[in-house]
Amino acid sequence: MGKQPAAIIGVGQTHHRAKREDVSMAGLCREAIDRALADANLSLDDIDAIVVGKAPDLFEGVMMPELFLADALGAAGKPLLRVHTAGSVGGSTAIVASSLVQAGVHRRVLTVAYEKQSESNAMWALSVPLPFNMPVHAGAGGYFAPHVRSYIRRSQAPTHVGAIVAAKDRNNALKNPYAHLHNEGTTVESVLASQMLWDPIRYDETCPSSDGACALVIVDEQTAASSPNPAWIHGTVMRSEATTAAERDQVNPQAGRDAAAALWKQSGITNPLEEIDTAEIYVPFSWFEPMWLENLGFAAEGDGWKLTEAGETAMDGKIPVNCSGGVLSSNPIGASGMLRFGEAALQVRGAAGEHQVDGARRALGHAYGGGSQFFAMWVVGSEKPSN
Amino acid sequence: MRDVAVVGFAQRQMPEFDGSPTCVELLVPLFKECYEQTGWTRKDVGFWCSGSSDYLAGRSFSFVQAVDAIGVIPPVNESHVEMDLAWAMYEAWIKIQTGEVDTALVYAFGKSSAGVLRRTLALQLEPYTMTPLWPDTVSLAGLQARTGIDAGLWDERAMAEVANRSLTDAEKNEYAVRKGGSSVDELLGRPMYADPLRKHDCAPVTDGAAALVLAAGDRAREVRDRPAWLTGISHYVDPMGMGVRDLTRSPSARRAGAALDLDGVEVAELHAPFSHQELILRSELGLADDVAINPSGGALASNPMFSAGGIRVGEAAQRIWSGEAGKVLAHATSGPALQQNLVCTLAASTSATEGAGN
Repeated sequence: MGKQPAAIIGVGQTHHRAKREDVSMAGLCREAIDRALADANLSLDDIDAIVVGKAPDLFEGVMMPELFLADALGAAGKPLLRVHTAGSVGGSTAIVASSLVQAGVHRRVLTVAYEKQSESNAMWALSVPLPFNMPVHAGAGGYFAPHVRSYIRRSQAPTHVGAIVAAKDRNNALKNPYAHLHNEGTTVESVLASQMLWDPIRYDETCPSSDGACALVIVDEQTAASSPNPAWIHGTVMRSEATTAAERDQVNPQAGRDAAAALWKQSGITNPLEEIDTAEIYVPFSWFEPMWLENLGFAAEGDGWKLTEAGETAMDGKIPVNCSGGVLSSNPIGASGMLRFGEAALQVRGAAGEHQVDGARRALGHAYGGGSQFFAMWVVGSEKPSN
Repeated sequence: MRDVAVVGFAQRQMPEFDGSPTCVELLVPLFKECYEQTGWTRKDVGFWCSGSSDYLAGRSFSFVQAVDAIGVIPPVNESHVEMDLAWAMYEAWIKIQTGEVDTALVYAFGKSSAGVLRRTLALQLEPYTMTPLWPDTVSLAGLQARTGIDAGLWDERAMAEVANRSLTDAEKNEYAVRKGGSSVDELLGRPMYADPLRKHDCAPVTDGAAALVLAAGDRAREVRDRPAWLTGISHYVDPMGMGVRDLTRSPSARRAGAALDLDGVEVAELHAPFSHQELILRSELGLADDVAINPSGGALASNPMFSAGGIRVGEAAQRIWSGEAGKVLAHATSGPALQQNLVCTLAASTSATEGAGN
């Protein structure tokens, strides 16, 4: 028995905000779950297993929160798995959930990922001093800024490319009612005028800290038959590499390149730029759009920024990227990867509302984590995969 | 379902690690043992999955440093569960079932001695109303034991019998942290620790790490003459609500056991960190009196957090490899008072895998 076909028939997410004081962690997850189940036209009784993902437990100060959440998630009396792979976790969690169906073990799986960052101090949670480890204490922006600078130097990119990405994503977010930031009137000029935080990353080129959750209902072929618009899973992949090593290329990590190559092969794609209709790529700092376009193989090394500058990643471009507004507009860390995967599914289901790309038939969902070392990706399509 | 077997197992269990090893230093020798047992290099491993806990490590992303032990340049196909090794094994088993990979190496680690375990584990509770009261693990287990005694389901003597048998069996286990049985009366004469629990009723705080190797079909047969085939695997969770659950029961353990064919099980490695929990598990799994329970000494002899459940699988698999048994059971638990449970059966023959999907 080989891999079984699997499809996403329900996508749910919360309204993302800096502080969701109206809900507990359980309520936040349930908001996304209820929307996903309604979308799938299923109830919790129909669900065979639940897979939970979130970034570190120190973010909310609860050890293994899936245990206290079990009943609110509807997991009581069902199998429950908890995935944690740093910032890529939302993507990895969706992949683990899909593998439960692809393995032929379960028919209908609910997966949810969340982060309620307002209940913690993320900077503290990420800066615990460790024996024998070099302290960074720079936050994510400080960690990634040197990689961005290195990218600009290597690719000779004009320095306003990051601002193009930020203005595009913030304007896309205006079309997404769930997005955290709805900053009207963002332009390349206004981004370039915003404060420099970690040179070359400006304030408006940076993701927010959000409370939010995302849930997906992933089902087998038979169940998907009752859905009007299933998003079929064409390929999934995870790859990891070391945090630090002399030969590591943090601008264009091998784990990301290997993952993309494996993903395209699995999905039967030979030219992603031509064959992928839209992509949700994990871009927490604007410059990661051109960097990941190259890492993923949408552009040759050094050429990613040219796609961005030419407007090809805008909603009416050749490869629309982050039509939802992306991580730059909403970043509940543990959920951010699943949001990318879920938004890709919405696109191929024709269900993305105002930020729908016309006729999107195949889409990429992408997430990365750690020091650009953990990668999780999937390709979803409106047609059942032939492989 | 594909036929998948446990073909490798390495472990460390100790009261506290000598020196202050990093995760990498802990794991490298375990992987070496797995390679020696299988004849593989890391390139033969199709999928890696780890289990650990950030709170136990006192840091975020505790698994990040651990992947360095694998040697992840070039990159590997890898994942992590914030759970016990047994659930990491489950994720790997699923991955093999998809047909994407044929082999997997799963591992877990944790250093309980770095903090006060019973207080750390209090952070697993419902954070808005319960955690602020800091009910600790041992006290919660004490309430569970008392509930069963008051209900007439077991008594202190039955608990002492479990402890005495475990400590006696542990004498043969080089990794056991606590060992040496005496007599049930002698154990009952010892002072209370968290009434009705005496110290020997509670698993010792243990540092440890462990690794298991899985392989499908012929890849398993290449490694061992008598692979321990995973003939069934199932897991469930119960709601946490300590005031609502019947603490004398573990419905998730019962459900997991009921999904499998437990007829003919000769040996059962049960992950019971408190003596009375073994009594609950025996009843929920319906184990016959002639099933040998925890010949390794079980969790009362040593209980490395996040490895101990998976170690039950490794210990059980060894009984198959050695020819000592034809069918064995392994169990892992998580959460307070047996909230979440995984049960698997391992056998010398590959009769169809069942149960996992229920």
